[in-house]
Amino acid sequence: MNNQSFDPRVNRLKLGNADEPIRVEEGENWNIYEVFHQEKRGAHHEHVGCVHAPDPQMALVFAKEQFGRRKKCVNLWVVRSADILAFDAEDEDMFANNQEKTYRDASGFKVMEKVNKLKGSKAP
Amino acid sequence: MIKNAIAALIIQMADDELILGHRNSEWTGLGPIMEEDIAFSSMAQDKIGHAWALYRILQEQLNGEDPDQFAFMRAEKDFKCCHLVEMPIGTYDFSLMRHFLFDHAEAIRYDCLQQSSFEPLQQLSKKLKGELKYHTLHADAWILQLCKAGGESYERMQAALEQCFPLAAGIFEPSADEQALIDAGIYPGERELHERWLNSIYPVLVKASLNMPDPAGVKPQYGGRSGKHTPHLQALLQEMGEVFRLDPSARW
Repeated sequence: MNNQSFDPRVNRLKLGNADEPIRVEEGENWNIYEVFHQEKRGAHHEHVGCVHAPDPQMALVFAKEQFGRRKKCVNLWVVRSADILAFDAEDEDMFANNQEKTYRDASGFKVMEKVNKLKGSKAP
Repeated sequence: MIKNAIAALIIQMADDELILGHRNSEWTGLGPIMEEDIAFSSMAQDKIGHAWALYRILQEQLNGEDPDQFAFMRAEKDFKCCHLVEMPIGTYDFSLMRHFLFDHAEAIRYDCLQQSSFEPLQQLSKKLKGELKYHTLHADAWILQLCKAGGESYERMQAALEQCFPLAAGIFEPSADEQALIDAGIYPGERELHERWLNSIYPVLVKASLNMPDPAGVKPQYGGRSGKHTPHLQALLQEMGEVFRLDPSARW
């Protein structure tokens, strides 16, 4: 069965059975782009959301009004979501026992004493 | 005398912005996709902001009326907008093409005003520079995208260009006071702006493989600057001022 959508972008995907892979064709189908927002020059770009667009240029055009309109913004990145490599959800167990290794935390280093001592020695 | 000429120029510019801002806002909630709906609505709001800033200059520098009263209570014949901005939104290809042609003209006008001898216009044009840059970037990206797609998409853009072109040429309707404004260094005049506009849109049209009508063979649709309008304006003004006129002295 093939239901027609009100959204032409969905119809153009020519969706078949649920278990068939979805083919996204360049120039025919739109892609999802992840948007990264930079609040001031030199700061990290932070992930803020995504836009649906036919190409990277249009993704930037959309992202500007979508994510750069309210909060302070000096630059945006867009990256095709499909180009981001990530671990599978079921590989989450790789990270599981990190929490027990507290000796890896920076909090283990007691520096404040030394800092205070240094400050004290410089006091007039 | 020169003050009257400056006021006339500002009214033309502001009325264009107000009417097109209102027209484009008619797409809010109906845009082709959500991202574009937001972008187009946001730019429509920008235009109304430009109109407000210009009406404020009239009020503060040139003994003009309160901006709200001036925008919503004037008779149709007192509006000086060009016919391009009055036309109904039609289909999205028409609205996009109008946005492309108008915003390039607007960007060029404000660019020239950065050298204006009239300080308030000079300051406003510097303030709006970034906003206008985005507007033309958005317009160019859509024109290229839809023309690159070929087929019906390309044909509709070409048809929209042919429909809009004489209307857009009407933006640059000459006025009697123009020479005085040029001599006083207020702005370079409509003929010069028209030339610069053609130079600005042409490379984008070439990249999009669109055929620009020969400007020499086009009869610009004039009349708006002297208060002669298409029947569409009256209906728009009626709707735009409907709530305001319920109680014109209300404080918002």
